[in-house]
Amino acid sequence: MNTVGRVMGIRTQFAEKWHSRRTRRLVGHVIVYVMVMAGALIFLLPLYYLLNIALSSPESLGKYRMEWIPRPIMWSNFSEGWVEYYDFTEYLRNTMYITSLAVIGQLLSNILVAYGFARVRFAGRNMWFIVLLGTMMLPGQVTLVPKYVIFAKLKWVNTYKPLIVPQYFASAFYVFLLRQFFMTLPRELDDAARIDGCGHMGILVRILLPLSKAPLVAVAVFSFVDNWSAFFDPLIYLNDPKRWTLVLGTTSLITGWGNRYIHVGYVMAVVTLAIIPVLVIYYFAQRYFIEGITLTGVLK
Amino acid sequence: MSDLETSPKVSRHRLRQARKETIVGYFFISPWLVGFFVWIAGPMLMSLVMSFLKTDLLTPSNFVGFEHYTRLVEDELFWKSLRNTAYYSVLSVSLGMCLSLVVAMLMNTRIKGITLFRTIYYLPAILPAAPVAILWRQIFNPDKGLANSVLRLIGLPPQKWLYSEEWALPCLVLMNLWGIGATMMIYLAGLQSIPEELYEASEIDGAGSWSKLRYVTLPMLSPTIFFNLIMSIIGSFLIFTSSYVMTSGGPNNATLTYVLYLYRNGFEYFKFGYASALAWVLFFIVLALSAVVFRSSTAWVYYESESRGE
Repeated sequence: MNTVGRVMGIRTQFAEKWHSRRTRRLVGHVIVYVMVMAGALIFLLPLYYLLNIALSSPESLGKYRMEWIPRPIMWSNFSEGWVEYYDFTEYLRNTMYITSLAVIGQLLSNILVAYGFARVRFAGRNMWFIVLLGTMMLPGQVTLVPKYVIFAKLKWVNTYKPLIVPQYFASAFYVFLLRQFFMTLPRELDDAARIDGCGHMGILVRILLPLSKAPLVAVAVFSFVDNWSAFFDPLIYLNDPKRWTLVLGTTSLITGWGNRYIHVGYVMAVVTLAIIPVLVIYYFAQRYFIEGITLTGVLK
Repeated sequence: MSDLETSPKVSRHRLRQARKETIVGYFFISPWLVGFFVWIAGPMLMSLVMSFLKTDLLTPSNFVGFEHYTRLVEDELFWKSLRNTAYYSVLSVSLGMCLSLVVAMLMNTRIKGITLFRTIYYLPAILPAAPVAILWRQIFNPDKGLANSVLRLIGLPPQKWLYSEEWALPCLVLMNLWGIGATMMIYLAGLQSIPEELYEASEIDGAGSWSKLRYVTLPMLSPTIFFNLIMSIIGSFLIFTSSYVMTSGGPNNATLTYVLYLYRNGFEYFKFGYASALAWVLFFIVLALSAVVFRSSTAWVYYESESRGE
């Protein structure tokens, strides 16, 4: 740009202005950078604290002030905390069982429903789609009590069915997410497949699904995290401690132990272990998370 | 096409085709449709009926008319939980909306390592809420929690945090602010969809950064702000996990939130009828708030529907 100024022969004035603008921009850049850095540190601090406590011995936790670096570092908190109060291996197994069946249910049902809304022309389609979008804003608490009564009548309380079965009936948000994606795929593909003798199922399975890897991963990942993190439903439906989930067991360390002594180092070690699978999924599937969350913004 | 439709044979064929498509369509959406009636519409009706009954599943239920609703009006804890929730909602929505917008604007700059920063800011939003609440309970520990350690480090007096009636609810707001990542991401997507030309044009017109924010960014972002506002308000009214885990409603019910009170009535005292009445009142509150925001939106939300044709 300097050269351009020189060529145009309006050197002094413009170059000066440009320089001051450049400095201004640089200063702005530095300010932004400092703010972003400071914010990031604040956002990471709680996680640092989590690890700090998870690695502390009862002696360092008993000290008057917090130790910014625990000494000694107690790696054994992880293995000991895992078995000290509850059998977390069992809770891990329970959580994996619920989560995997729920993710399968979400994938199967949402794919079908999204295809119906995206590709089949049927009477009442728009009306039902609006109803579907409306349910996204409905507070689940309104249906809480009757659902519990239904499950109690079915004798499903204290089983995993109340946590799994409803997930085979699609969820508005995932239907929306998949449907929006299906709409972007050209209809000519369907026509070509139809000429080759495919019905709706064939078009869905052979044509659309192989092209929809990103939204399918997004649905799988979102529903994995949702189920892994679920608290309210397990709290209500799983009363028998043997059937608890990882999150429910972890929380019960705090809410269920009354005033008995409990080593906070163990608690935080278990908390860390409970969130690690979510972190791992986030690390590998970050792109899909962000695409999914971004798509929610389209919903206005 | 209209020539073909005049022929009765073809039109009958079309009709049959359309009917077949309708059957196929309902087959495909049947999981959701059945679920809608079984898990949403049915239970909602049932909940309305139950709010007029005295029922605990063990003894036979009897009809009590509007008794639950009239009792609500006199129930001090109902009002307290409603006040707490409203206070929490005002604090967390206003702070959360502003902070996430500011962070999104910072994330929209092209500085080095921006993807790493985005990851860091978004991360807390996906962590499971209940374990996170356990962590924050410890952070607000008045003896040697992180919050007081930081205050001491910068020379400020330590606070009682969750043990103080005044501070407990703001503590829940602070924890909630840690999870603004999702809102921030939606803002970021909104910011990135604003065409660069608008900024260039306003620069030519001599607009400074403030005018650009006021006359380009905010109007263009208003649909996103609207969406985030509705979602934040609904979400904040449903707060449960943090108060259940961090304070179980205390001290002296200072953090008794609406849903926590509903949960207690339903699943600790087994007053299913009363809990259903609470649920319906909650439903109407959320509906009314959304309606107010929706109605106000005509005044401040700008849709460029003509130019983009959506």
